[in-house]
Amino acid sequence: MVTAHTSNDKTRDSNVHEYLSFLVGGQDYCVDIMQVREIRGGAKATTLPHSPDYMRGVINLRGTVLPIMDLASRLALDTETDGDRNVIIVVAISDRIVGLMVDAVSDILAIAEDDLQPPPDLPADQQRNFVSALTIMENRMIRVLDLTAVLPSQDEEAA
Amino acid sequence: MTIQVLAVDDSRTMRDMVRLALTSEGIQTHLAEDGVHGLEVLDEISPPDAIITDINMPRMDGFGFIDAVRTREEFRSIPILVLTTESASEMKARAREAGATGWIVKPFDPAKLVKALRMVAG
Amino acid sequence: MSDPMAEIKASFFVECEELLESLQDGLQVIYDESDDEETINVVFRAVHSIKGGAGAFGLDTLVSFAHKFETTLDEVRSGRLKAEGNVLKLFFTCGDMLGDLVREARDDETHDEARLEPVVNDLEKLIGTDEVTGEQTNIEFEVTALSLDLDIGTPEDAGLGSDPAWRVSFTPSSLLYANGNEPQFLFRALRDLGEIEVTCETPDLPHLAELDPEHGHMSWVISLKTNEAKDAIREAFEFVEDLCQLDIAQSQDQPPGLGNLPPADHSGTDEPMATMGGDADLPAPPDEITSDTDATSDEVHPSPASGSDVPTADARPDPQDLEPASAPPPPIPSDPSAPNARRGQNNATPKATVRVDLDRIDRLVNLVGEIVINQAMLSQSVEAVGIPPNSPVRTGLEEFQQLTRDIQESVMMIRAQPVKSLFQRMSRIVRESSADIKKDVRLRTEGENTEVDKTVIERLADPLTHMIRNAVDHGLESNAERETLGKSREGNVYLSALHRSGRVVIEVRDDGAGINREKVLAKAIEKGLIPPESQLSDGEIDNLLFLPGFSTADEVSNLSGRGVGMDVVRSSIQALGGRVSIHSEPGEGTTFSISLPLTLAVLDGMVVRVEDETLVIPLNAIFETLAVSSDDLRTFGPSTHVINIRDTFVPLIDLGTELGYRSPLGDYTGGVVLLIGQEDGLSAAVIVDSIEDQRQVVIKGLQDSYGRVPGIAAATILGDGQIALILDPADLIAQASGRTKPYSAVDPCNHPSDGTTLEVREW
Repeated sequence: MVTAHTSNDKTRDSNVHEYLSFLVGGQDYCVDIMQVREIRGGAKATTLPHSPDYMRGVINLRGTVLPIMDLASRLALDTETDGDRNVIIVVAISDRIVGLMVDAVSDILAIAEDDLQPPPDLPADQQRNFVSALTIMENRMIRVLDLTAVLPSQDEEAA
Repeated sequence: MTIQVLAVDDSRTMRDMVRLALTSEGIQTHLAEDGVHGLEVLDEISPPDAIITDINMPRMDGFGFIDAVRTREEFRSIPILVLTTESASEMKARAREAGATGWIVKPFDPAKLVKALRMVAG
Repeated sequence: MSDPMAEIKASFFVECEELLESLQDGLQVIYDESDDEETINVVFRAVHSIKGGAGAFGLDTLVSFAHKFETTLDEVRSGRLKAEGNVLKLFFTCGDMLGDLVREARDDETHDEARLEPVVNDLEKLIGTDEVTGEQTNIEFEVTALSLDLDIGTPEDAGLGSDPAWRVSFTPSSLLYANGNEPQFLFRALRDLGEIEVTCETPDLPHLAELDPEHGHMSWVISLKTNEAKDAIREAFEFVEDLCQLDIAQSQDQPPGLGNLPPADHSGTDEPMATMGGDADLPAPPDEITSDTDATSDEVHPSPASGSDVPTADARPDPQDLEPASAPPPPIPSDPSAPNARRGQNNATPKATVRVDLDRIDRLVNLVGEIVINQAMLSQSVEAVGIPPNSPVRTGLEEFQQLTRDIQESVMMIRAQPVKSLFQRMSRIVRESSADIKKDVRLRTEGENTEVDKTVIERLADPLTHMIRNAVDHGLESNAERETLGKSREGNVYLSALHRSGRVVIEVRDDGAGINREKVLAKAIEKGLIPPESQLSDGEIDNLLFLPGFSTADEVSNLSGRGVGMDVVRSSIQALGGRVSIHSEPGEGTTFSISLPLTLAVLDGMVVRVEDETLVIPLNAIFETLAVSSDDLRTFGPSTHVINIRDTFVPLIDLGTELGYRSPLGDYTGGVVLLIGQEDGLSAAVIVDSIEDQRQVVIKGLQDSYGRVPGIAAATILGDGQIALILDPADLIAQASGRTKPYSAVDPCNHPSDGTTLEVREW
């Protein structure tokens, strides 16, 4: 299902990093592949009371409690395609592990640092905070997700 | 040649150190926590070639232990080295009186402990 | 594997903690009861052993302090000093200081000389400077580390003709043998110094019939060629110096040939001597000695005579065989079955304890947790396929379940520790904090052998420290005040631990003035924590102390006012699955009760369902369960209900509403009510849809993966693999809105917007 898109000479270049791209709310995003632990199908999450809307709850990931975040909701994107979003990307950020619920996983991309451009500074968009860079691939704009920003800090209060 | 030694000390650290010093030289080492325990161990093992004992211990101190060992016919000639931080001469005299063979002051040099043992026990 | 010395060193620090504990214990006994001889000995030995070990590792600061402390304690031991009053106080301080030095040494930290100095000065005042200087050399000797009182010279190249020749004459007294010495071993030590030749003289030898084998009758003359100094030769006789006649003198050159005697006039003694040949009549076959001490021969020649004397020749090590059949008779095994006795050598090793890395235990705990879950899943599937209850499969599974529980309990036991160490830390807190503010305070502890999970103990230290400081600082009156009130001048702080229905209850109590409720209330109003016109019960006022932001600024001293309030204490205890409650009587004091789970790993819970969600409620929080009949329900306020339980009205709480799963139902007839009780007597009737099961669950923390969720203590994994949340009943009730009637206006459904929205404190 996932095909490598990379030409060999590119991966050898130290300035090239691999990214997992996925679809959420109809938009293209990607995350550094080094931060991805696994990809799994959706499971019935146990609701966490008093949690922000974008927290779907927790699921059992082989004995550990894995919080699941509805990424579309977190990014304030169109959430109409609810039923389709049943893929969970398990990511690790520092010592925390979180599942990101997305529409679908698309590809593994090799992107050279030179091909990344900084996101425009548009204060009206809250999601500006969650994108660390942009790139163009086959005429599609792909956002590099800033995972650290997506995960609220441990003391951030409910939205 | 295998020497068998009984070391009596209430400090686990000291027991560990003595055991390390001796076993690394191929000396078989039995350990006991105090005088009373030392006598019990003596009854369980074949007579050791030498005994090393601390002085200041609960239940039965080193003097009492040496004394008790020496009153037993079968242990009368076992060399007993006192291994203690005490270095006062009256303490030495008391240990000698009780029947101690030699006196080594802690902290000890493992090599020298072994040497002293070989000197008294062959 | 790792360095054995490093391991011993690590084990030394562990032993130090044990010794420090018995030191503390001993001082406490002296303080509470009496300074009987044995207790003082215990204290002395603890310090002594720490000093001994520290010396071995060259921990100079520790050695020198321990030595001063030990010397002072010795004064007490010998009756020259009395362990009471300020002296005893100093001992406590020294104990604390010693503990600090041990930990600093362990953690490779530098220590604060300035802090140590006054204590050392106080010690020196007690033992006098004479004593100190007198012992100083001793200390220095010891801290040079790893030196031996007896210094056996290293073997020099023997046989160098140019080495000076010595003549050693040696006449052992009978005591020499009685003390387990053996002349031939002394000769061997000399042999290590150089080339030797030993001759034996027997002028005093009695007739064979009168020969007492216990008695030494012989003298030896040893000629030795060595370039070692006289002291080195003397040192070989270190152990026997006072048990023999010894004379060491330099002889005039001439390398003595075998059998040649050094001329008597060079010997420095007037005693005649004779060369010993091999003589079968003699107890000690001197030829063996000569050959054995021959510098060229390292071979040991066993004596056939002694060899046959020993019944257990095979089991006996060589040196026994080597022993001449002379004065000291060969040891006789105490037991005819001596060869078998070797099997017992493992028993001889003292107390079988193993030090285990905590990670390994935790891994085991986790694995056992997984087994429990797995077993539950298996049971569930077996039941699901319809296997009848008494079939072998079901019976086997039940046995498996029992075994799993037993294993789990045993594993938990590994992590359990007595709270004693924690209590001892608190006793230091009391000593230090009371001294700082010049109050006389005595800490009385009870139940220090109560065992609790290690992690619980560790994480309890901070909140407990704060509570103890509070008690000393705010709880107790000043000495003078107490005296005016007719109380004992010395204030008391009580610290106790006990097991109560599957939990451990820790109490901090003082016999001080009690909470000044007027002041607390005023402060809370002033800080805007409660509305000015609030009418609060005594209990409610006391509980204001736990409010975030409640800090009675004018009471903040340098002790407890460290920016930590009781709210932090409460949340850290809650994080442990515990609860804290307060009870105060004016003029009599204040009690804080902490109730904690015994372990952080498992929990007996009731599995309930509400609005399609499955939750676990800790069993120990549930007093009783009952079905709701319409007769019992009473409307209380516009939004709330109470339930009549045997003529007591208890507030009704809809779990589904409080957790935001649904809006209030309004009619709860037919629902199931769980009566929840708390330490402070507050209770509530929590309504759920149904009770599913009652079982032990493995606790999975939410804190690390998600953060704290109000009203929720943790999570667990049920038999079907789904995660269920474990309720924190006290927190739920404390924060509950109590709304049980539908919203009159627009129904905000999943959002209880009646002002009770609980904030997520952590992500």
